[in-house]
Amino acid sequence: MLTFLVRRIIGAILVMAAVTFIVFVIFIVVPGGDPAERIAGKNANPQNIINIRHDWKFDKPFYEQYWVMLDKMFTGTLVSYTSQQNVVSQIVQGMPATFSLTIGAGIIWLFFGIMVGVISAVRAGRWSDRLITVLALIGISLPVFWLGIVCRYYLAEGGWLTIFPDGEYTGITQSPLQWFYHLILPWLVLAVLFIGFYGRVLRGNMLDTINEDYVRTARAKGLPQRSILIRHVLRTSLIPIVTLFGLDFASVLGGGAILTETVFDLHGVGQYAAQSINNFDLPPIMGVTLYGAFFITIFSVFVDLFYAYLDPRIRPT
Amino acid sequence: MSTNGGGPLIAVRHVKKYFPIRKGLLQREVARVHAVDDVSFEVQEGETLGLVGESGCGKSTLGRTIVRLLEPTAGEIVFRGQEIENFGARRLRPLRREMQMVFQDPYASLNPRKRVGTIIGDPLKIHGIGDRASRKAQVEELLETVGLSPEHYNRFPHEFSGGQRQRIGIARALALRPKLIVADEPVSALDVSIQSQMLNLLEDLQNEFHLTYIFVAHDLAVVRHVSDRIAVMYLGKLVELSPAEELYQRPIMPYTEALLSAVPIPDPDLARKRKRIVLEGDVPSPINPPSGCRFHPRCRYATQVCSEIEPPLVDYGAGHLAACHHPLNVDAATLASVQAAPESPAAADAAALPHDSAGESDPVGTGSSS
Amino acid sequence: MSERLLEVKDLGVDFTTEDGVVHAVDGVSFELDRGKVLGIVGESGSGKSVTAMTIMGLTRDINARFRGEVSYQGRNLLEISDTEMQNFRGNEIGMIFQDPMTSLNPVYRIGEQIAEAIRAHEHVDKQNAHKRAVELLRQVGIPNPESRVDDFPHQFSGGMRQRAMIAMALSCNPAILIADEPTTALDVTIQAQIVELISKLKDDFNSAVIMITHDLGVVADIADEIAVMYAGRIVERGPTRELFYDPQHPYTWGLLGSIPRLDRAKQERLHSITGAPPSLIQLPQGCKFRPRCPHAFEKCKEEPALENRVETPGHLDRCWLDVETKRSLRDATISGDQTEAA
Repeated sequence: MLTFLVRRIIGAILVMAAVTFIVFVIFIVVPGGDPAERIAGKNANPQNIINIRHDWKFDKPFYEQYWVMLDKMFTGTLVSYTSQQNVVSQIVQGMPATFSLTIGAGIIWLFFGIMVGVISAVRAGRWSDRLITVLALIGISLPVFWLGIVCRYYLAEGGWLTIFPDGEYTGITQSPLQWFYHLILPWLVLAVLFIGFYGRVLRGNMLDTINEDYVRTARAKGLPQRSILIRHVLRTSLIPIVTLFGLDFASVLGGGAILTETVFDLHGVGQYAAQSINNFDLPPIMGVTLYGAFFITIFSVFVDLFYAYLDPRIRPT
Repeated sequence: MSTNGGGPLIAVRHVKKYFPIRKGLLQREVARVHAVDDVSFEVQEGETLGLVGESGCGKSTLGRTIVRLLEPTAGEIVFRGQEIENFGARRLRPLRREMQMVFQDPYASLNPRKRVGTIIGDPLKIHGIGDRASRKAQVEELLETVGLSPEHYNRFPHEFSGGQRQRIGIARALALRPKLIVADEPVSALDVSIQSQMLNLLEDLQNEFHLTYIFVAHDLAVVRHVSDRIAVMYLGKLVELSPAEELYQRPIMPYTEALLSAVPIPDPDLARKRKRIVLEGDVPSPINPPSGCRFHPRCRYATQVCSEIEPPLVDYGAGHLAACHHPLNVDAATLASVQAAPESPAAADAAALPHDSAGESDPVGTGSSS
Repeated sequence: MSERLLEVKDLGVDFTTEDGVVHAVDGVSFELDRGKVLGIVGESGSGKSVTAMTIMGLTRDINARFRGEVSYQGRNLLEISDTEMQNFRGNEIGMIFQDPMTSLNPVYRIGEQIAEAIRAHEHVDKQNAHKRAVELLRQVGIPNPESRVDDFPHQFSGGMRQRAMIAMALSCNPAILIADEPTTALDVTIQAQIVELISKLKDDFNSAVIMITHDLGVVADIADEIAVMYAGRIVERGPTRELFYDPQHPYTWGLLGSIPRLDRAKQERLHSITGAPPSLIQLPQGCKFRPRCPHAFEKCKEEPALENRVETPGHLDRCWLDVETKRSLRDATISGDQTEAA
């Protein structure tokens, strides 16, 4: 166990180092204008630009710049090119919204995804299964930003109803009710995609598992249908779902729900990422990417451990 | 069953195959699976050598190592005078035309996405034999040889039954006209009536194409039917090697006795009459094999020496070798004059020759022991 | 003295599939008494497994049609409700299957799975169920049952898993144990252990056993009566010694002749039955074995009934040939010749 953890931690560090390097290289390689000019702002005079270039060391070779950046990251002084704000503090500001979005949506999509999967597996072939399948496919195919905008328009901005608030995020400490109220639509919009997907995956796993020999043994033992379904079929079918969930959850937590956050104006880490990319602003991009990589690597360790717990044949490697 | 004057077709000398088990931060090897642990024998051209044993004895691993699907950890494999144990892919290539393998599971060993004609014809294509037309003709001829119709050329494996698929596997192995075929449990997955068809087919093919077989199986009755000589393996070691009939009449090693005794006989009176030796326990793990003679924990004749010293493979005459400190069915005169055979493993003490016999035994119960 | 436990009368099972109706079982009849072992022998597609699964109600499906009667304790198991059938399964009739590796749920401990079987039918609390599981493991010969009971299936060897399966099947003291190819996936020395175990437990638990296999050697030892199935029908049925020493059906001769035997001199060539079993969707007319039978004649166009044609009562077969002809033909067919009938 200890060697497993040590190996994974070393692996995680290496992954994150690689991430920083790759992001940096992409940034250098992709044409997008001169950061010095952008920092100087509009109507800057050329001398100003040259000074900025020198201060920020943009005139130095790229590996020096990389080193400077790393240094700034570790000392927490990474600052955005455009807004001069500290990247770390911006991320920290966005975390409550992102966390709230992720946890709520995660619970919803896991619960309904499993429910959808079980029902469609049990009723495989019948019209209820086909209906659910169609709905699931619609859910998977609807682009999140489209669905989000549509919901916002019809349910919040007066297209139909105005029962939902029009975007923005309210902290839970300020007002729990408002917090909930503001998050319902984003939660549902984000969950719709995953419910469809998880439902399909679970359905497939369960239909495979139903044909397994040990399910036949369970029937031969005279166990009641429900017991067989839950203890034997569902239990083993859920294992791959757990893995999926761990990684999906991690990526949304790590600021991956860019479109949802932007559409609903939640000012979370995802939205921050979107803005930074738009502004071609390297420090925040670097910060957010690392933040996301961190969550994904940590969660993948959890997922492996949990998987080994669920399936005793697997030892964490 | 002719013997080639120029030496054996294939000789296996002190071959070992170990699989490492790696653990820890740096994935260091902490233990090994001793799948094949110093096995030696020769097979003459045109002969059929049966290789029997139970799960974990290493017979399948040995079969694969012989055709160089695996590289041996130690030892030599001499095919037609050439030592091929270290050959790389390039030098092995021309040899692949001479050694082929037929696998156990007819459902898993054929690529379900390829048509039968392609499966059988691919070996020809890979070795650049003939052109398209002549290859097709050869494949169709092969299909007929194994008892299928040339019309089956364009069908897919799933359209065939288990027995038919096994025939396809055999046709594929024959495509390159090999000299040696290693058949890894080729009939185990088949029904009895199909099994007998397949065994007859294999015999016919051997006569027609002058093939040499190494027939790996766990069913002793089947092995006896096809083999000229039989090698019995247990936990990676060769414990007995003998001409086929001799093995059944006069097993020397107690494990062979137990194996023979366990084979079901379709004769109720005989089954009830015969003394069944039912072994206790399961086959131990090849990761930590027992000391001395590996069979000693389950052997009813075991004594102190059996747990301490690995018995050498001793030559009891007429090509019958066995590794046991208390051999069965051997008289005192023979015992006095035996020597360790060259096939004996290096780790076994060649001087530790048996002094006493464990007695007479007739595990099959037909009253025909020597 | 022997109580009649099970009576199967004219059982028929059809499955509707995409390719047509599969006539898996037709006209199968037999009886099973307490303390007896019935061997059902056949190859793939003979209907032997379907028969066994149908007795357990495991073939119930929208696409399945049943005919005939499976009579147990006066009830026809084909007609009772699913819930009632659940009460019989595991409780009155236990079943073990071919591959013990895949037949046990890999994520639950052995003890849990045995206890689950017990608690499905009896009001026993977890502690006691666990204790019983340990005892059952001991009875089936697993060493150190107190610690092994908490192992997972993958920590057991093949033979031990099959023993655990047997323990699970016998946990509620069923009157009948059905063993569907219990030894096929095991090594030959382990096979012998398992067959011996089943025989012993049958006596300990005073139950009856239906042993399904394709290996005539396995049933020679343990069975009191044997039924040979082909294309969904029983083609011969009788006391074990009768079947081996005076077989009355060409298919049985073919089977006996195809097996390489240790107790006989080596044959030059194995007898083999030409051709392959028929499709269960399009069965041939008349006797189902006719296309492969070297002795078929005019009358075979009409399907023979399963009747007692030979002197010995209780020995039935489905072959029109008269007994004299059969005996002379048979000896020619089974090369290596036949021993005298008792």
